[in-house]
Amino acid sequence: MPGRTLLAALAALATVAAGGRGDPPPPANGATASKPGTALTGAGATFPNPIYSKWFDAYAKETGVRINYQSIGSGGGIRQFTEGTVDFGATDGPMTDEQIVAARGDVLHVPTVLGAVVATYNLPELGKQALRFDGPTLADIFLGRLTRWNDPRIAALNPGVALPAADILVVHRSDGSGTTYIFTDFLSKVSPEWKTRVGHATSVEWPVGLGGKGNEGMTQQVKQSEGAIGYVELIYAISNGLPAAEIRNPAGQFVAPTLKSVSAAAEGAQFGADTDFRVSITNAEGTGAYPISSFTWLLVHRQHPQGPKAQALRAFLAWMLEPSAQRMAAELHYAPLPVRVIELIQARLRAS
Amino acid sequence: MTALPERAVTPTAAGSGTPLLERGSGGDRIFQTVLTLGAVTIPVLLGFLVLELWTGARLAIGKFGLGFVTSSTWDPVAEQFGALPLIFGTLLSSLVALVIAVPLSLGVAIYLTEFAPKVIREPVAFLIGLLAAIPSVVYGLWGIFVLIPILRTSVFPLLRDTLGFLPLFQGPIYGPSMLAAGIILAIMVMPYIMSVSREVLLAVPDTQREAALALGATRWETVVTTVVPYARSGIIGAVILGLGRALGETMAVTMLIGNRHEIAASLFAPGYTMSAAIANEFSEAVGDMHLSALAYVAFLLFVVTVLVNAGARLLIWRVSRGSAAGGKAL
Repeated sequence: MPGRTLLAALAALATVAAGGRGDPPPPANGATASKPGTALTGAGATFPNPIYSKWFDAYAKETGVRINYQSIGSGGGIRQFTEGTVDFGATDGPMTDEQIVAARGDVLHVPTVLGAVVATYNLPELGKQALRFDGPTLADIFLGRLTRWNDPRIAALNPGVALPAADILVVHRSDGSGTTYIFTDFLSKVSPEWKTRVGHATSVEWPVGLGGKGNEGMTQQVKQSEGAIGYVELIYAISNGLPAAEIRNPAGQFVAPTLKSVSAAAEGAQFGADTDFRVSITNAEGTGAYPISSFTWLLVHRQHPQGPKAQALRAFLAWMLEPSAQRMAAELHYAPLPVRVIELIQARLRAS
Repeated sequence: MTALPERAVTPTAAGSGTPLLERGSGGDRIFQTVLTLGAVTIPVLLGFLVLELWTGARLAIGKFGLGFVTSSTWDPVAEQFGALPLIFGTLLSSLVALVIAVPLSLGVAIYLTEFAPKVIREPVAFLIGLLAAIPSVVYGLWGIFVLIPILRTSVFPLLRDTLGFLPLFQGPIYGPSMLAAGIILAIMVMPYIMSVSREVLLAVPDTQREAALALGATRWETVVTTVVPYARSGIIGAVILGLGRALGETMAVTMLIGNRHEIAASLFAPGYTMSAAIANEFSEAVGDMHLSALAYVAFLLFVVTVLVNAGARLLIWRVSRGSAAGGKAL
């Protein structure tokens, strides 16, 4: 198997090397341009892997274009994309300015679906009642400043809820993860102290708490310890029926994480005229927006080399933004892109 | 790794002319070439491995130098890295594993060779050997779902109540901890230590046992005074084999150790190991310095493993010099 992967990577490399310095590409014109039997390779984020697999599978059945995706993690996706060993990358956290320079500026972030992170906890006393947090309180819990569940600040946000006098046990992800990126991005926006002391990245230096490996490691740790609080991917929380806190958004509403409230966060996203789509939508403005939401992106070359691969990739991107493909996302509990954002992306793809 | 019994080669048919061992046909020469190639490949691979780790780690080595080994910071955002808690965690979790696994496996090995009824010897040895075939992620999952709840609700509180005067067993109980990782490691290395020491004990000549029994020793005294001392360098080899496995084990450990970059006196506290940190952070490490720091950690893990193995060789050598006959046999 590694041999085959290597071969695929080499083939991709050869293609990029051969076509990299071509003339400006002719405009792509939909799925008709791609020949059946073309194969594309991509690598990157693990979080959107289920929907990507489904898309690639459906797309291969429809058009005969096979897309081979390796979910090796966002970091690996960015590296392989920069080195040109894959036709496209995928990431949960946008590339930094330095990384874009390293890729010679030849990158376009294409949002595909939306993800969100929920704060989950183990407080059997609460029953079905959802806890409420605002950003600064959540940040202070993860900073280790609030150590008891019946702290007045938590109680003030949850009037009428009988909070236990138990210690708060913080659980975080130990493996580098897009989930951590989104969560710490939110905390950095709502807490100046978090921003300067910890910052945001796929793994950070956590001030307190235990590290659980993966969504399942985190979930087990939270489930097994009363008084624990952690954070997991929305889809994971939904499919496992985990309690999810309502978070206060900038409009002052406490919003529960749902596919609708996550899409609402993207609805309120501000895109400039010349946006590169690297827009963070944590703590987004707008009513009903869930504040710990984020895009996940495909990374494609801005200057497309001529050739069947580039056209095939463009055709796929166009297909992916169609309502039918976006509906598949909702079936798998990924929040679909709002129409406004889809139109923006389509315009950009046509222009570039 | 382990010194296995060398079969003495005695040229039985000492013919005239070239010695038997040096005679050979064409087929022999091809066979020899193939084997030599195989033997050369390993050191060459090892050389490339070290070279690759060194190149990968150069950035971090240039920035942090040896301070990397003594610093406890691990901040991917500020790109400040230090590996001391990782080195500490690797060594401590392996030590805990050996403290638990060595007496158990030795006990089982001695029982199976000296005391157990013949019918159960092979089946039991087979079953224990089977433990080695379980993938470590399965151990990890079992640890999360079965072992940790038991440890947290019954074993750890008991330890704290009885041995709580030791700093080792103080502090809050979370479940995932250095001790939990040590216990899972102990279960994982047991089959190795047990199987090898059993082979070593089986290799002790019966004449040794008979001599001890003839002098009036009980079976217990025979084991303690004759069999084990005769086999001790082989047993140490078995322990080293287990230690090597414990130092490098990744998946099960990272699922149970709590993954915290911190040095704590208590075994109830979470920790971290070198291999776990690499496995956790490599795929999502985005910055060059972060990647380089992880390569540096891998390089250090290699150094630690080499040092531990060299120390073990030295130990075996010292021990076997002490017991002339036994050491030579193994």
